[in-house]
Amino acid sequence: MDRVKTEVLTGAEIVVRCLQEEGVEYVFGYPGGAVLWIYDELFKQDRIRHVLVRHEQAAAHAADAYSRSSNKVGVCLVTSGPGVTNAVTGIATAYMDSIPMIVLTGQVPTHAIGQDAFQECDTVGITRPCVKHNFLVKDVRDLAATIKKAFHIATTGRPGPVLVDIPKDITTQRCEFHYPESISMRSYNPVKRGHPGQIRKAVQLLLEARRPMVYTGGGVILSNASGQLRELVKTLGFPCTNTLMGLGAYPGTDRQFLGMLGMHGTYEANMAMQHCDVLLAIGARFDDRVIGNPAHFAQNPRKIIHIDIDPSSISKRVKVDVPIVGNIPDVLDEMLKLLAAALCEGRRPDPAALADWWRQIDEWRAKDCLKYDRSAAIIKPQFVLEKLYEVTQGEAIVTSDVGQHQMWAAQFYKFDRPRRWINSGGLGTMGFGLPAAMGAQLANPGATVVCVTGESSIQMCLQELSTCKQYRLPIKIVNLNNKYMGMVRQWQQFFHGNRYSESYMDALPDFVKLAEGYGHSGMKIERPQDVEPALREALARKNDLVFLDFITDPAENVYPMVPGGKGITEMILAEDL
Amino acid sequence: MRHIISILVENEAGALSRIAGLFSARGYNIESLTVAPTEDASLSRMTIVTSGSDDVIEQITKQLNKLIEVVKVVDLSEAEHIERELMLIKVRAGPREREEMKRMADIFRGRIIDVSDNSYTIELTGDGAKLDAFIRALEPGVIMETVRTGTSGIGRGNRILRA
Ligand SMILES: Cc1cc2nc3c(=O)[nH]c(=O)nc-3n(C[C@H](O)[C@H](O)[C@H](O)COP(=O)(O)OP(=O)(O)OC[C@H]3O[C@@H](n4cnc5c(N)ncnc54)[C@H](O)[C@@H]3O)c2cc1C
Ligand SMILES: Cc1ncc(C[n+]2csc(CCOP(=O)(O)OP(=O)(O)O)c2C)c(N)n1
Ligand SMILES: [Mg+2]
Repeated sequence: MDRVKTEVLTGAEIVVRCLQEEGVEYVFGYPGGAVLWIYDELFKQDRIRHVLVRHEQAAAHAADAYSRSSNKVGVCLVTSGPGVTNAVTGIATAYMDSIPMIVLTGQVPTHAIGQDAFQECDTVGITRPCVKHNFLVKDVRDLAATIKKAFHIATTGRPGPVLVDIPKDITTQRCEFHYPESISMRSYNPVKRGHPGQIRKAVQLLLEARRPMVYTGGGVILSNASGQLRELVKTLGFPCTNTLMGLGAYPGTDRQFLGMLGMHGTYEANMAMQHCDVLLAIGARFDDRVIGNPAHFAQNPRKIIHIDIDPSSISKRVKVDVPIVGNIPDVLDEMLKLLAAALCEGRRPDPAALADWWRQIDEWRAKDCLKYDRSAAIIKPQFVLEKLYEVTQGEAIVTSDVGQHQMWAAQFYKFDRPRRWINSGGLGTMGFGLPAAMGAQLANPGATVVCVTGESSIQMCLQELSTCKQYRLPIKIVNLNNKYMGMVRQWQQFFHGNRYSESYMDALPDFVKLAEGYGHSGMKIERPQDVEPALREALARKNDLVFLDFITDPAENVYPMVPGGKGITEMILAEDL
Repeated sequence: MRHIISILVENEAGALSRIAGLFSARGYNIESLTVAPTEDASLSRMTIVTSGSDDVIEQITKQLNKLIEVVKVVDLSEAEHIERELMLIKVRAGPREREEMKRMADIFRGRIIDVSDNSYTIELTGDGAKLDAFIRALEPGVIMETVRTGTSGIGRGNRILRA
C-alpha cells in the first residue's frame, strides 16, 4: 500500500529507487550526456553496483546473460544516440531468445525531441522491432509506473527485453514517488494454465504412443520447468531431445537423452524426430534450424502436441494437432497429475512397442555420429571440449560465441542442469560470448565460467577484457583458434566449391600477449597432449582470467549437418566424406 | 482471401506505428488501414483490410494480440458484418458534363457536397466494390481528384467488439 510518508524525488532519483525496489544488484552501463543525472544518483548510493563496460553492446549482452544464468533480471543503462545504437545488437540478441531484460536509455530533453538534437535518435522507433515492448516517458509522474510495467512485461508471459527511454529533463523534474506493488494492464494478461480438455487429450495421446518423442526448447529453461520435464520423461520412459536453447533442461548424461536435434543435431535425435508417431513439443518453436524443410518433416505422419505460452509460436511453421497455450510448469503439473492417475489405473504406453522403439533408437545411436579422429597430431576442437567437460566435471557455466565452436560445445559439453549453457541461438551474434561470461560470472560469483569462442568471434567484443580486469572476473576463455571463420569456411567448402571468400582470419594478434596487455594471463596450446594440463592449470587459477589459445585443426567440420532446405534426416555425416 | 481485421488498441502515441511496423516487418499486406478514437477516449479502433492464406491470417491475429497495447482483435470477415468506406471525389462538371454528373451521383446515392464553376465534389459511401464501380462508371477524363478513407467495419446484430 501507499507509503505513509510521501517523498518528492527527481526523475533520476526515481529511476534508482525503482531499481532498488526491484532488488537489482547490478546495472551494466556506459555514461553519456543524457544519463548524467541518473549516473549522479548511482554515485550517491551503494545498493546497486554499476558495471562499466567498454562498449554498449557488451552492456546489453552482459545484462542478458545475467538473466539467462540466474532467473533474475539483467538491467542495462546507456546514453542517447550512439549509446542506444551500440546496444541494439545486444537488445536484438535478447529478443530473439526471449530473454527478460530491462534497457534504460537516455534521451534528449523532451523539448528537443524531433529537432535533430545532438545525440538524438528515435530510440523507440529503432528498437521497436527488437523489444517485447518499449516506452518513451514524457511525464515524470509516469516514470515509476512505467519502470514497474517494464519489469512486469519483461518477466511474464513469453519473456523479452523491455526498453524505457527517458528524456534528460525528466530526470531533473520532481514528483511524488510511489512505486506500485503490482500492476495490471487490460491489454496484457498472459495465460498461465492450459486448457484442461486439451491437456487431457494430450495425455491420452502420450499413453497411446508407440514411437513417442519429447522435444523441448528454451521455454523449459525460461520457465524453470526442468524438474517437471524430468519427471514426465522418466515417468513415461520416453526419449527426449533438446534444442540448442533448451540444453540442460533435461540431463545431458541421461540415457533417455538423445542429444541436441536440428541442423547440427545428433543422428538419433533427428531420426527419432522424423519417425516418431507422437511428438510432445514443449517451449520450442519449430525453428528452421531444427525442423529443416517443413514439407520433408510433414512426410511422416505423426500427432503433435505443442505447449507454448505464445500462441504465435504454435502452428507457425508446422501444423500441430493438440495446441496447449499455457505456462509450461502449470501445464506439466496438470499432465503429471493425469498421468499418475492413468498409471494407477494400469493405463500406460505399450511396453513392447516402447521397447521396439528404443531398439530402433539404439541402432541409430550406434552410428556414433559425433565421432572424430582421435589420433590426429593436431588439436581437434572436439577433443578440447571433451576435456573441458571432464576437467570441469560438467559443472561449469559455459558461454559461447557463434560458429563451429558453438556447435561443438553444444554437442560435446553435457549439461545436466539448466542455465549453464549460455549462447545466442536466434540471432547468432558473434561477440556475445565474452560479455555474456561477465554477466554470468556476476550472477554466479562462485561458479566456474568458461567462454568458448573462436579467434574471429572473440575479436568482436575483445575490449571487454578490460572490464574483466576492473571487476576481477576470473573467466576462462577457451579460444578454438582455427584461423578461419570456421562455420563460414565449412559452408564454402560444402556449397561454394571450396572458394574461401574472406573467411580466412589473417593478421591475428598474439592472443597471449594481448591478454597480458590487459593485465591477464594467456597460454598458447598447440599439441593434443597439452590440452588437459593447460585446462587444469587454468581452472586451478580461481581468481584469474586465463586466455587459452588452442591452435586447432583449421579443416575440421561440424557433423552431422543438415544442409539448408533439406529434411532433418538428410544429414551429411563425417563418414560420408 | 480478403479479411477485415478489427482491432481495439490503447489510444497511445506509437501504437499505430507498432501495428504498421508489424505488418511491414513480417511481410503481411495492408490493403487499407483506418483508425480513430472510440466513444471511450482511451481506446482507438482500427480496421485493417488484408489478404492471405488462412495460415497467414492466423499468424496476423496472433501477432497482433501479442502487441502489448492491443486490447482485442477480431477477424470481422469470419462472420456476418457490415463494411463501409467513404470516398470524396472531385469531378469535372462544366456546363456540358453537369447534368450527367448529377445523374451518376444519384444512381450511386452519392451527394454533391461542393460545387464550383467547373467541378463537383461528390461524397459516396459504400463497400469498396461500390466505390470502385462508381469510378469505373465515370469517363476517365472527368476525375480530378479522389480520396478514400479505407474500409471500416462492424459485426452484424449482437456481434460486439469492446474492451
Ligand atoms: C550457428 C548456429 C547453428 C544452429 N544450429 C542449431 C541446431 O542444430 N539445433 C538447434 O536446436 N538450434 C540451432 N540453432 C539455434 C536456432 O537458430 C534457434 O535459436 C533455436 O533452435 C530455437 O530454440 P527453441 O525452439 O528452443 O526456441 P526459443 O527461442 O528458446 O523459444 C522458446 C519458446 O518457448 C516459449 N516459452 C517461453 N516461456 C514459456 C513459458 N513460460 N511457458 C511456455 N512456453 C514458453 C516461447 O514462446 C518460445 O516459443 C543454431 C544457431 C546458430 C547460431
Ligand atoms: C556479428 C556477426 N557477423 C557475422 C556472422 C556470420 N558468422 C557466423 S559464424 C561466423 C564465423 C565465426 O568464426 P569463429 O568465431 O572463428 O568461429 P569458428 O566457426 O571458426 O569456430 C560468421 C562470420 C555472425 N554470426 N555474427
Ligand atoms: Mg575460427
